[in-house]
Amino acid sequence: MATLWFWIVAVMVTTYVVLDGFDLGAGAIYLLAAKTDEERRRVLRAIGPVWDGNEVWLLAAGGTLYFAFPQLYASSFSGFYLPLMIVLWLLMLRAIGIEFRAHVENPVWQGFFDVIFSVSSILLAMFFGAALGNVVRGVPLDATGYFFEPLWTTFKLGSQVGILDWYTVLIGGMALVTLTAHGSYYVALKTDADLGRRARGFALLCWPLQFFLTVSAMVATYFIRPDIMTNYGDHPIGILVPIVVVSSLAVMLWANPQGKEKLAFLASSLYIVGMMVGAAFALYPVVLPARDHQYDLTIYNTAAASHGLSVGLVWWTFAAVLALAYFAFVYRMFRGKVQLGEGHY
Amino acid sequence: MESALLIHRLHFAFTATFHYLFPQLTMGLALLIVALKTIAWRRNDPVYNEAARFWGKIFGINFVLGVVTGIPMEFQFGTNWSVFSRFAGGVIGQTLAMEGMFAFFLESAFLGLFLYGEKRLSPKAHWLSAVAVFVGSWLSGYFIIATDAFMQHPVGYFTAADGSLQLASFWDFVLNPWAGWQYAHNMSGAAITGAFIMTSVGAFYLLLGKWTTHARIFVKAGVIAGCVFSVLQIFPTGDRQGKMVADLQPVTLAAMEGLFQGQSGAPLVILGQPNDQQSKIDNPLEVPGMLSMLTYKRWNANVRGLDAFPKHDWPGNIPLLYYSYHIMVGLGTFFVAVMVIALLLLWRGRLFQAKWMLWILLLSAPFPYIANTAGWMTAELGRQPWLVYGLMRTENGFSTVVSAGNSMFTLLGFMGMYTVLGILGLFLLWREIERGPVDEHESVSNLHRPTEAH
Repeated sequence: MATLWFWIVAVMVTTYVVLDGFDLGAGAIYLLAAKTDEERRRVLRAIGPVWDGNEVWLLAAGGTLYFAFPQLYASSFSGFYLPLMIVLWLLMLRAIGIEFRAHVENPVWQGFFDVIFSVSSILLAMFFGAALGNVVRGVPLDATGYFFEPLWTTFKLGSQVGILDWYTVLIGGMALVTLTAHGSYYVALKTDADLGRRARGFALLCWPLQFFLTVSAMVATYFIRPDIMTNYGDHPIGILVPIVVVSSLAVMLWANPQGKEKLAFLASSLYIVGMMVGAAFALYPVVLPARDHQYDLTIYNTAAASHGLSVGLVWWTFAAVLALAYFAFVYRMFRGKVQLGEGHY
Repeated sequence: MESALLIHRLHFAFTATFHYLFPQLTMGLALLIVALKTIAWRRNDPVYNEAARFWGKIFGINFVLGVVTGIPMEFQFGTNWSVFSRFAGGVIGQTLAMEGMFAFFLESAFLGLFLYGEKRLSPKAHWLSAVAVFVGSWLSGYFIIATDAFMQHPVGYFTAADGSLQLASFWDFVLNPWAGWQYAHNMSGAAITGAFIMTSVGAFYLLLGKWTTHARIFVKAGVIAGCVFSVLQIFPTGDRQGKMVADLQPVTLAAMEGLFQGQSGAPLVILGQPNDQQSKIDNPLEVPGMLSMLTYKRWNANVRGLDAFPKHDWPGNIPLLYYSYHIMVGLGTFFVAVMVIALLLLWRGRLFQAKWMLWILLLSAPFPYIANTAGWMTAELGRQPWLVYGLMRTENGFSTVVSAGNSMFTLLGFMGMYTVLGILGLFLLWREIERGPVDEHESVSNLHRPTEAH
């Protein structure tokens, strides 16, 4: 039962990264790719009706994590106290950047919110990557099951690790490039003319970086945690992960210059799924590794009692079907290239 | 350690209090917008559609602020109250996860459609999206109330071997009797906020002599809803909630009422300052026997005072609890008075010309916010010294790994951030109100109903 909930939470987090990832990425290229007010409104219009719904996946994943693994929620949220609070502030700034910009037709007002939106998107992408880096690297949990990490210490992987060190910054960089490419494919898909061309150009520029950072991140991960390969050795099905990652990178490289925007975007989504599932697969059954492995938090020592988990499965399934139906409906309503002139933004 | 506890409590209290300024209007307006949309759709009346669209804009700004200030609430259970989360997460994780899965998805998906999809949707589908937003926001309210109800009156749980609370009965937990009345009382409070804000804006336009067709709709809808919910707020919801406190948290009732000594024929204190050094009310203005009557329906019934309970089980801040409760009740009474008079004037056809009453309605806008805030302070201060009533004390629930300094850093950050959000929100709301429901010369009301008999 706990294993099932492990995969449910992993899938929800992955869904969040794929969905909110494209609007974060759109934010990352926003200042450079969209030059005129009209182009900027097009970008905002492309993400406007969906960004809030995408972000709900983060909240729903957080809530589900709390419900299924209360001890993990308690330890990780208090241990990652400072970066989480910074993420909250960035999420707030980004939301008002998107939503409040259009209310006042004034270039100074709009220029301010443009920068707020773009900078907070970039920083969020990096912080989410760094968070993933922390989870893979391990945190200084002790016998109490709690830890507290400062934002940074020496940037080395010693006994006193911080949220940011060379490894987590590397993963943060990889996340930024990945989501920038992901957002570029989305903007290319949803817009046309100069803006669409520039978005495709950004995606093209991201590709070699993304390739290089993916390889470096793999090597670095193996270097700091050789035991990460154990699950791959024990369960040969894991070979699917590198196949998916490599082939989706190849499809992105091929599809983008051909103008096959939808295919490129799907490949980019698949790449993210591959990377996230690959990380979850490598960690299982550990949910938060400790620097000292005897204190690892696993699905076994953090899950809620089984009656609660069984009951949850009933309502969760029901709610998930409903949520998928809403999403299918909303994305269908707002399908196709963006047209200006209705609603705000 | 004590200072860390204080900062963690302030952290949650500040962010929760600020946050709830927005959802109360969201939930109240959602109901009223559905009413406007329903009339627009049934009568095919474009003025009601314009009215709904205008309130949709106000709703949109308010909703964004509610969302961004709401995200920290879900995080703070883990960041600042991790020991509590580990203790109670096996139970309250259920409702918090359900809120995300059932309410937030529904709300966020259909709000986009409601605000930006009017041209893409049929009138019926657009009406449905308004209903979906309403259902989502009211569901969200229930899950939060059910979570709070567990902290006020824990049911449906068992204590596991490791000492944590785990779910024993889903239905007992979700249908906690405490949650039922608290939900009714809270939602009626939210509807009062929505009604007073709608009335206030309508009164403003009438006094200004602009957008009067729309303004009449706002005042009429607001006064009718305001009257209904102000009465429901006191009876039965407030009355039943009070009885529940008397039964299940008698020490809280004594502290709320400032009843230091238990007695038969206990008086109801209307005004006066609790003096907890000398265990008495200074300058009391009392109605003899009234507290006994309200609580037990007998004038001479015995009501237990604070002296019947050990001091370490008293709520920690009795004066603030007492004032919160009295402010809530005082304003609740004021709401009934204002709305009943306004309804009488409306019925006699004089309200739109009664400038004095329009001024009162205009200036009443802040009071529901104060009353709702005071009500929540009564509930949460009244729960003290318990975090989960009878099971975990507040002093044992906060994140011991997060030092007072780190917590203060983020508390100050939130204070700064929320000041900016508050100023931006007020500025944008003011702009929307000033811009009005329609460009005056473009309004359909000028085409279809040039004049309206008074």
